Amino acid sequence: MIAALVLCLLAPQHPDSAVLVWGGDAEGGAPFVEADPANPSRVRGFDVEVAERIARGLGRRTAQFVQVQWSNIDQSVERGDFTLGLSGVEDTPVRRARHAVTIPYFEFREVLAVRRGDAGRIHGLADLRGRRVATLGATIAYDLLLAARDSTGVIPLSYDDDVHPYADLVAGRVDAVLLDHIIAQRALRRAGGAAFAIQAQPVAVGHYVGVLARTDSVLRDSVDAVLREAMRDGSLEQILRRWEVWDQSQGTLFVGVLRTTSAAGAARAAESASALGYLPSLARAAAVTLLVSFLSMALAVIVGLGLASARVYGQRWLRVATTLYVEGIRGTPLLLQLFVIYYGLAGVVRLPAFLAAVLALGLNYAAYEAEIYRGALEAVPRSQLEAARTLGLSELQILWLVRGPQALRFALAPMTNDFVALLKDSSLVSVITVVELTKETAIYATNVGSWVVPGLLCAAVYLAMSLPLARLARRLERRWSPAA
Amino acid sequence: MSALLVIDRLSVRYGSRDVLRTLSLEVARGEIVALMGPSGVGKSTALRVVAALQPFDDGRIVVDGFALAPGPVPPESRLVPLRRRVGLVFQAHALFSHLSALDNVTLALRHVLGQSPTEADAVAEQLLASLDVGTRAGAWPSQLSGGEAQRVAIARALAPNPPLLLMDEPTAALDPARRTALGATLRQLSKQGRGLLIATHDTEFARANADRVIQLTA
Repeated sequence: MIAALVLCLLAPQHPDSAVLVWGGDAEGGAPFVEADPANPSRVRGFDVEVAERIARGLGRRTAQFVQVQWSNIDQSVERGDFTLGLSGVEDTPVRRARHAVTIPYFEFREVLAVRRGDAGRIHGLADLRGRRVATLGATIAYDLLLAARDSTGVIPLSYDDDVHPYADLVAGRVDAVLLDHIIAQRALRRAGGAAFAIQAQPVAVGHYVGVLARTDSVLRDSVDAVLREAMRDGSLEQILRRWEVWDQSQGTLFVGVLRTTSAAGAARAAESASALGYLPSLARAAAVTLLVSFLSMALAVIVGLGLASARVYGQRWLRVATTLYVEGIRGTPLLLQLFVIYYGLAGVVRLPAFLAAVLALGLNYAAYEAEIYRGALEAVPRSQLEAARTLGLSELQILWLVRGPQALRFALAPMTNDFVALLKDSSLVSVITVVELTKETAIYATNVGSWVVPGLLCAAVYLAMSLPLARLARRLERRWSPAA
Repeated sequence: MSALLVIDRLSVRYGSRDVLRTLSLEVARGEIVALMGPSGVGKSTALRVVAALQPFDDGRIVVDGFALAPGPVPPESRLVPLRRRVGLVFQAHALFSHLSALDNVTLALRHVLGQSPTEADAVAEQLLASLDVGTRAGAWPSQLSGGEAQRVAIARALAPNPPLLLMDEPTAALDPARRTALGATLRQLSKQGRGLLIATHDTEFARANADRVIQLTA
């Protein structure tokens, strides 16, 4: 059965001209794309219906959905995972320059959500100097915030999903959220309608488009024709009304689109940002990675020493408790622990993201360090401990003067390995809004539409950080190892 | 004069096996006593029990007025007087591998007796010199020969100046010349008034150096 499953996963998707294969992110949820509550193996949403309308217009039998992470839609469509990407995909100059992009089929407004108490004071980004503003990473909204960071001094926070920014707004972790009005309204409905306020005046206006591979421009023109047809015959309006996202601005958009005959070639790509322009933000992100890693490791060493001492010297109940901790931590994903500490504990203690990141990484690695130290402590020959006892040293002195120093030598190499691993695992903390090296690289890659240069740069920076550590450890090991 | 060490009907059992049965012996100041017998007869066990590294089941042990009772080994805090009275030289030396020869010897001087580093160094250097390893003070244990390591281990055990010195198989790793030299060293220590209890199965060495030989039988 497993073999059949593997074969099924590996089998190439046969290009079936009767099927329009399209990709979107069901994690984005309603009204865009969501798993149908009545039949979770199917998806529904206005993007789903738009895809079906396009398929019909192209003469295809059916539209087949492929799940893809929202931020990877561009790369996946170029890879050929699907023909059309459609899931609240934003119309940006970079996207137009790198892929075949359809005409816009929906106009959205970037709106600010603020806590009710702030609604009278905060009307735009200019009122948010020095305040924390959340949004989804790699979006027009995030670019707006980055621009506002330089001009008005807001503090942009990038999230991997569009639910937690609003949760953190209500919780007081951020002061505002900038996102598409559909997303803001949905969040407000979910939160009970009174949890926060959405400011009427939009910060900016944008459009949703479909994205195809750059080489598919002929098919793109056909899709454009279908979309125009759907605007003219009212079927697109029906879809948007059904999902309660129709408003006056859509009508204006349709009129404008139908007047221009050629696909919006006007927005000729702004020159793709050169790698050089990203270096300062990559350097800043690398510093965050280093800081998170060093602080986490320090915490891991301290807690790990305590745990190991408890396991080696403690009473039975203490040994059992520390064993439970070590096995519990090692047996569950770090990602889960991050979420629990940041979001799960939010009802009890509202930790800042950076602190939560250091705590989660540090407490996780403490379990691994504890096992290293326990092994190292137990590797010190018994006869040496007995010799120390016959000399009259106390247990604490034996640990500090005889057992500890020798154990440290045994522990050094595995500790270095762990630190290098931690340096790389620190990339996980981006899920709780800490923008470190990998996250910054992902943003960079999304913006330029390629992983090649950003990926190489990022790898070089990680290596530049980890290789000297390995060298330092080898030197220390040599120096502390008189037996060599 | 009362004996420095009194062992009175000592019994040690491992489960149902008797390792030592009603062993009685005394060691006086200035006396070298050899504890002899084949392997596994309990020679090392007797030394470990006297050094309170393992418990015993029956009998009584008194070291210079400090008594040990049957049952579990007391916590180190209650053994401070015993630690001042007994030094033990392990068969495999058990030198601290992360410390130089000198630091092996000064460890107890500084951290148990509270001597300053200068004081401790002076005492340790003199001890090492008297045992003919003064030139090896800066060496790591791994750089010492078997004979050198043993003499550093003797210096370490002697540093707190205990009246009773226990030695486990001291000739095990020595060539004949070194054995003779060790015998001379031990006699010199006994002349200083120390009592020595030596576990060995080296009959020749025991005959040549011990004042008394106690034979253990299985």
